[in-house]
This record gives sequence, C-alpha cells and structure tokens, in this order.
Amino acid sequence: MKKTALNAMHRQMGAKMVEFVGFDMPVQFEGINIEHETVRTKLGVFDVSHMGEFWAEGPNAFDLVQKVSTNDVSALTDGKVQYSCFPNGNGGIVDDFLVYRFHEEKYLLVVNASNIDKDWVHVNKHNDVSAQLSNASDDISQLAVQGPLALKVMQKLTDEPVEDMEYYTFKVIEFAGVKDVVFSTTGYTGSGGCEIYMPNADAEKIYKAVLEAGEEYGIKPIGLGARDTLRLESGFCLYGNDINDNTSPIAAGLGWITKFTDGNDFIDRELFEAQKANGVPRRLKGFVMQERAIPRQHYEVVDAEGNVIGEVTSGTMSPMLKQGIGMAYLDRPYWKDGSEIFIKIRNKTARALVQRPPFYKG
Amino acid sequence: MNIPENLLYSEDHEWLRVEGDEAVIGITDFAQKELGDIVYIEVETLDETLEKGDVFGTVEAVKTVSDLMMPLGGTVVEVNESLGDEPEGVNKDPYGEGWIIKIKIGDTAELDKLLDHAAYKASIEG
Repeated sequence: MKKTALNAMHRQMGAKMVEFVGFDMPVQFEGINIEHETVRTKLGVFDVSHMGEFWAEGPNAFDLVQKVSTNDVSALTDGKVQYSCFPNGNGGIVDDFLVYRFHEEKYLLVVNASNIDKDWVHVNKHNDVSAQLSNASDDISQLAVQGPLALKVMQKLTDEPVEDMEYYTFKVIEFAGVKDVVFSTTGYTGSGGCEIYMPNADAEKIYKAVLEAGEEYGIKPIGLGARDTLRLESGFCLYGNDINDNTSPIAAGLGWITKFTDGNDFIDRELFEAQKANGVPRRLKGFVMQERAIPRQHYEVVDAEGNVIGEVTSGTMSPMLKQGIGMAYLDRPYWKDGSEIFIKIRNKTARALVQRPPFYKG
Repeated sequence: MNIPENLLYSEDHEWLRVEGDEAVIGITDFAQKELGDIVYIEVETLDETLEKGDVFGTVEAVKTVSDLMMPLGGTVVEVNESLGDEPEGVNKDPYGEGWIIKIKIGDTAELDKLLDHAAYKASIEG
C-alpha cells in the first residue's frame, strides 16, 4: 500500500486509517461529524497527497490540454485555475480534474488518486502534438486547508498577500519557510480555503506549521470521511459515484465546464453538443429526504406507484442539516426542484424532494 | 475498551443485560467505535417474535449501514425511542442511554451460548 509523507503523523495523532484506492489514508481522527462541523465553522486541514499531478509543458502544451479537456483552456490566464473533465471518446468521463496555468507553455493537471494510471495513459495516448508530459504524482504532497478561517490563518505563514485571493487562483510563494509552494484558493468542501502543493520532503514541516498556526482558532486534522460529507453537502461530484466512464458531463450537470466555444475542439465535442441540443434521458439531480432515512449509492429511486425512475449515486446524513441528502440520476419528469421522488431503502420507500445543491450554504 | 463484567455478549458485538425473563440489548463499545458517528437507528420490529440471528433493526453510521441481529430468540417488547432524535447516544453511552431494545426472552437455555465478559474480550482481541 502507498503511504503519503504524513502517514506517521496521522498515526501519531490517532487517526483511524483505511485503504483508499491503494493508499493508507486517515478516514477520521476524532469523528466525522465533529470534523465536518469544524470545517464549516472554523478550519481544518486534510492530507490529500494521494491526488495525482501531471505537468504539461512546451510550445504545444496548450493544444494537448485543450484537446483532452471539456472546458475552454484558452479562457485561463496565468495564475488561474479551472475545473474540467477528460471525455473518453465514447461520451463518458475518464476523470474530473483541475487545470493550473503557470504560463502559456506550462500547465499543471491535478487528477483523482483513483485514476492516476488511467489518466496518464489517456493523456499520453492523445499527445500527438508532442507536448512534454511528466507525472509528478509520487513527488508532490498536497494539503487542503478548508473553512471560513482558513485563508486568514494561512496568512500568518507567508508575507505574500493570500487572504484576499480570488477563488480559483494560485500563486507560487514562500510559505512556512519553504520556497516555491503552490498556494491555490480551491477546495472540495464549499467552505472556502486553499490547497497547497509542496515537495514530499517539505510536507511534514508545512503540515506542522499549519496545525500550529491554526491552534488558536481551533483547527483540526480532517479525514476522508468528512471530506466526502462536506463535498456532498455542497453538491460536488465524486468520480466513481456521480460520474464515471459511462456518464456524460451533460447528464452530470457539468455543462458549465463543457464549453462549445470557437477553437475548443475537444474529444467528444460533437456528441456532447448533440446531447445538449437534443437532451439526455437522465440527469444528475440533488434531493433531500423528507423523512428520517439515509440514501446510499445504488439505491433505486421510484415514483409514487413504485416505478423505477432513477438511481442514487451518492447519499449521506447531512451533518449540518441532520437530514438525509443525496444525488441521483433521474428521468426527465423529475428534474424540477420540488419534484416528489421516493428512495427504496431496504424493505420500504422513503419520500424525498428534488433540490438543487448546495444543500448547505455556510 | 469498555467491556462491563455484568453483561453477556454476542459475536456480532451486541451486549445483553438479563432482567428477570426480559433482556436489554445494545451494541458494544467496540462496535460503536468501529462504526464511528452513528446517525440513524431503525427498529421496526416492536411486538415481533424473532429467532436468534434474525435482523431486528439497522444502525447507520455516516459511511455504513449494518444490521442488528438478535443475540437470542424472543419478543421485542420495547424500543429505545430517545435514539430517534439522538442516535449519537449509542456512541456516548453504549451500555446505558444507548440501549436499543428490550426483549422477552424466548428460551433461557440460549443464554448459555452467549459470551461472558472474558470470552468477548478474548474474541475482539483476537
């Protein structure tokens, strides 16, 4: 099993460790609910070093990234970040990822840990323009510091102004005494904050500095369990649950990162354009339970008569709302907010209403 | 790990406190720690007579759903209603406020097949 540079620290701090896509990762420290609440109200720090990082460089780097990415990479300027996905050539999604533009000829792609190998093969396969590609996944550590107080606290660790950085931008700065740290105002919680990239050798030093800087504000280490409840409460897709090789970005509600602009000739563009024009049979929608019940992945969604109208892709008890929430692919008549649906949970059905996420706005 | 000496245990990590011809049932401290934050307890078997090993309810943690199994046969005579609003009671006080059901014992001979404190301790320490 792979270990991140912070493995020993997690164990020291009493984390409950689990295997997650080949990595030995902390699923929780103190408890998922308290960790979740800490990120919503204060700040928390996640080790997300399992995520993958690819560099695309050289005069043709832009052409490659533009081709494999549904979003319009030409809209990026230096220091900006974009959310996007790789279409697989059959109308499905290879992965969702972030693109960082360092300059015209240098891009960083941050991909899901579960898909590093698959993504690497995919981008290389489509690299017919000879962009310089390198896979830095094993060399880079990543921390996510998330929560309403995150940027204010991180400001203590650098002389560069970071507290008022715009959402989805980044800087390369000296941070906690370490040079060339990538400081990015991105995240997967919906509570604001940053993601910080550094060489493995500096990870422990920076992690300790972050915990120390946050101590007076009640910072806690956060595990993958709360990472999942936080992202779902904010309605962010999880690859493998809500999107996969068989789901299109149009059906997944990712039309906003699928840009049919002039010159954005990405893989599967025509297919997705046709889907946008003609519609898709099922779309990913959020819903909130109206009775005490917790939806889970793969549960069937039915109408009042019991006819199957969809399938749950993610579900949990919202730690902030104390209500069951989830996402499901639903047939067209049930796409409107307020539509009544029923989730089959074991031997009964529980009522839910379609609701556009975020479920919690903090 | 808290394993009270005055209780009986099942291999499915339930505890049982005999009170005359009735028994109070819950899940052990070990089980609640393994599950993590408990967010929902569902028991819809009130007044039903079940056999040993039958599912009498479900416990949902943030990430998992687990069946609750009868450690012995009997009739469910009471359900801990307070867990409806406060399922976290099972995490906080698994042997007290976090009790789940009370049953009327079907066959007291089945009590002999349950584990005592020492045997349960040995079973989870492997």
